[in-house]
Amino acid sequence: MVKVKVNDIEVDADPKDNCILAARKAGVEIPHYCWHECLSVVASCRMCLVEVGETKPDGTVAMGPKLVPGCQTPIKEGTVIRTDSSKVKTSQQMTLELLLLNHPLDCSICDQAGECYLQDYTYKYGKAQSRLDEPKLHREDKYHIGEQIALFTDRCVMCTRCVRFTREVSGTAELQVVARGSHEEIDVFPDTPCNNKLAGNVVDLCPVGALCSKDFLYKKRVWWLKHAQSVCTGCSTGCSIHVDQNENKVYRLRPRENPQAQGHFMCDEGRFGFKYIHDDRRLKYPRLKTATGHASSAADSTPAGDLSFADPWPTILGEARKRIQTAIQNDPSGFVAVLSPFMSVEEAYLLASFIKGIDPRTKLTLGPVPVVGSDDLYPKGPKGEPPLPSKVKFTIRAEKCPNRLGVEAVLRHFERSVIHAESLGKSSASAWYVVGGYSTGWVNEKLDQAVGTPSLLIVQDIFPSPLSERADMVLAAGSFAEREGTYVNHAGLAQAAHASIRPPEEARADGRILMELAGRPGLFNAMALRKEIASTIPELSAICVGDLGDHGVRLAKNTNQPLAAKS
Amino acid sequence: MSQSEFKPVLLGRIDRPDSQSLASYRADGGYEALAKALKMANTEVIDVVKNSGLRGRGGAGFPTGLKWTFLPKDVNGPIYLCINGDESEPGTFNNRVLIEEDPHQVLEGIVISSFATRATTAYFYLRYEYGRCYRTLKKAIDEMYANNLLGKNILGSGYDLDIYLHRGACAYICGEETGLIESLEGKRAWPRIKPPFPAIEGAFRRPTVVNNVETMACIPHILKHGPEWFQSMGVPKDPNNPRDAGSYGPKLYCISGHVNKPGLVELPMGITARDLIDNHAGGVWKGRKAKAVIPGGLSMGFMTNAELDTPLDFNGPGRVGCLGLGTAAVVVIDDQTSMVDVLYNACRFFAHESCGQCTPCREGTAWSTKILERIRDGRGKLSDIDLLLEISSSIGTIPGTTICGLADGAAWPIKTAINKFRGEFEEYIKSGRRSESPVLAGAH
Repeated sequence: MVKVKVNDIEVDADPKDNCILAARKAGVEIPHYCWHECLSVVASCRMCLVEVGETKPDGTVAMGPKLVPGCQTPIKEGTVIRTDSSKVKTSQQMTLELLLLNHPLDCSICDQAGECYLQDYTYKYGKAQSRLDEPKLHREDKYHIGEQIALFTDRCVMCTRCVRFTREVSGTAELQVVARGSHEEIDVFPDTPCNNKLAGNVVDLCPVGALCSKDFLYKKRVWWLKHAQSVCTGCSTGCSIHVDQNENKVYRLRPRENPQAQGHFMCDEGRFGFKYIHDDRRLKYPRLKTATGHASSAADSTPAGDLSFADPWPTILGEARKRIQTAIQNDPSGFVAVLSPFMSVEEAYLLASFIKGIDPRTKLTLGPVPVVGSDDLYPKGPKGEPPLPSKVKFTIRAEKCPNRLGVEAVLRHFERSVIHAESLGKSSASAWYVVGGYSTGWVNEKLDQAVGTPSLLIVQDIFPSPLSERADMVLAAGSFAEREGTYVNHAGLAQAAHASIRPPEEARADGRILMELAGRPGLFNAMALRKEIASTIPELSAICVGDLGDHGVRLAKNTNQPLAAKS
Repeated sequence: MSQSEFKPVLLGRIDRPDSQSLASYRADGGYEALAKALKMANTEVIDVVKNSGLRGRGGAGFPTGLKWTFLPKDVNGPIYLCINGDESEPGTFNNRVLIEEDPHQVLEGIVISSFATRATTAYFYLRYEYGRCYRTLKKAIDEMYANNLLGKNILGSGYDLDIYLHRGACAYICGEETGLIESLEGKRAWPRIKPPFPAIEGAFRRPTVVNNVETMACIPHILKHGPEWFQSMGVPKDPNNPRDAGSYGPKLYCISGHVNKPGLVELPMGITARDLIDNHAGGVWKGRKAKAVIPGGLSMGFMTNAELDTPLDFNGPGRVGCLGLGTAAVVVIDDQTSMVDVLYNACRFFAHESCGQCTPCREGTAWSTKILERIRDGRGKLSDIDLLLEISSSIGTIPGTTICGLADGAAWPIKTAINKFRGEFEEYIKSGRRSESPVLAGAH
């Protein structure tokens, strides 16, 4: 640690910090466009110019004669940074005036308005009027730049963050700068659009409204969006994210910086893969098979069966509890619960403790773990080859579920081992409680056969499946955006996800279903449950803090176990 | 050595028949300096160059020998020498003549310099537009390989060197030291941020020295005749200025613009602009007077007629508000030419050539061009003059707002033109006249 003075505020900073980071520690913002923690330093936007000096041994301060870029200038013991001198302010004003020269000032139709660094910095450091008397340059917008990305060329400030991202993080190098001087534009080579699996990140990286997500384009003004901290459930990397919603509709997911999880970015699979939560085919009402026959899936849009009254839940859950207890009493070892790797730790714990609480001879199993291909490592080499292990900057994992490790920890505690439901063999139990929550069709042939047609089948899921078709009871559950809980990623990092929207119609978040099913008093409270779990399951003792913070908590090493081969 | 007894050194052979050939060069004592250098220790060669006081001829005037000593002492792996032949400063053509007429002189300098800097590979970055230079150099390099002057074990000394001739990317910015390196690596010629300086991490992330063609041409002569001979020409150090390194040696002055006899002359450093124009370029054309003179390439700014007695050494132009000696390319502007047109032309060039990396240069050069365009269109305002000055004083490495010096070069013509010819600008704007005269030179 070295002592640095920023505008007379003394702070301890890391000697590896640049002036921007050191100033940030002192609570001073040095405005910048081109610099980004994850990308190489180019020092080209010249927005971060500051005065830097050093303290001489006799205590006097010698300021440098010129302004220097804060992003490029390292600090050392006694460095003095001034961001409030008239020299710095004049330079900031001039730089902003220059950046806005050819900017169309079309904030009223710009998606970025409200979270735009040109707006913010101009408001804070710029001046109200431009002295440009001449016509602005106009350059054509480029909707072809990527499947998910549109470029509004006029708004670009040429910070080249996007170009550096595709070269340094994705390694795919589609984006580049063409032309020269004030005519410069970001572009792609003909027929090679920026469609790599991390391409969506360039939209977040763009400090202005130049690169926009086509998916989000003109959908919502950003100031209407409410942000919930959550975890991407697309794969076991468990990227920290923001879920941005308005009026119970999720508009976009954005990566949330978390050095412990994924860093700054997220993949497009996760970013745009949330659409299923608003799918019309979602299970929206709980269903009970009537005495006369099956509740049909077509009836799903209305309260089905004989439950035609307004709130079916107390009745259906009471009925479910009664039937589960009866089934377990009749044949305790013939009762199997399938826990999904999409469940949160709390939900898995609630179900496991409820079932095992009735009779320890019941069986808890793990549902199918979706694995697609192999881990996708970035940055890619020139021929698309994966990087050396030491150079990996981002990984899209093959394991497409968020919480296998967390559920396995619960299973190991209650069942002493992790049994895969698919390995149980044909019609192996008389009663089943199956939890889904997968984003796609997940019931494979093995599981389908293992379940068979038991005397009791309860399915808790978000989409209809072969199992829900023949289930005695279907409990319409919540998607990741509707639930609150803890997910343990591939590296044993436990992160808290917060609910951002309500489940559709009469569907309920899994935690609420399970609280009521287990007959536990009160509401589902993830914080309180975490404390209970931590004291019950030693493997998960690290989550005893309750509030896992923004970056999550690392579990003890032994949780981090590779996916066991399915027998 | 006085001017009258000066005999051209660098241009000494250009009138010889077949001056480009190895045989002709050898007949005049060529490659003797190389043979001499190869028998010395490389540090001794550096010392000779250092003692000669040779300063880089590319524009900045940095002492060459000193630059070589910045290379790290213990290097594992290659060191590179890059020759900056991307001569694109408006008004400059000294490298071109040197390469076209006497390529072996330059190449001998390169081999000696490579030996001194321990470089085993030299990259000759040649301006793409110089087709004839390329062919001449190609032929000369082939001749050298055939005669053991390049390749393995040069002249039996055990020293190996390869020269790669690289044609440039047709941009002014490729002549900037680090822009050249980026371009050589096959990238966009965007100047790099410093540190690290090229001597530590340059081409292909290896220690690299970048030298100008004329600097290379001086090296064999220094080796042959010694530092004292070199220091007998030019302007000695200013004893009152400890930072002055002196302006020694012969210099090629390019004279163009409104003179009767434009061309390239070689003279000892320190001739005045007036002397150069009147006695070596046949005076200003059509019996007119010079209104303004660019002392060393467009980016150095303008001198007025009253300032023409300034010596053209490394310090002279700076004393009259110009950026420096630059490439010693003197461009004369006669009194019938409008400074508004001249400045517009200058700004157009820099706006076109700005690499577009740093905001102040990218936008500032284009903006000042637009303002001048408007003034020339009769729609100027008096406040535009101060706006131009403000733009020019806020771009460049001197206020610290850009990575490389291109913006300084763009700012200096504006500053000097307006400060020295403000009345003319005001009068032009007040008259509301429209300029129909064609620009002086294309922006390419």
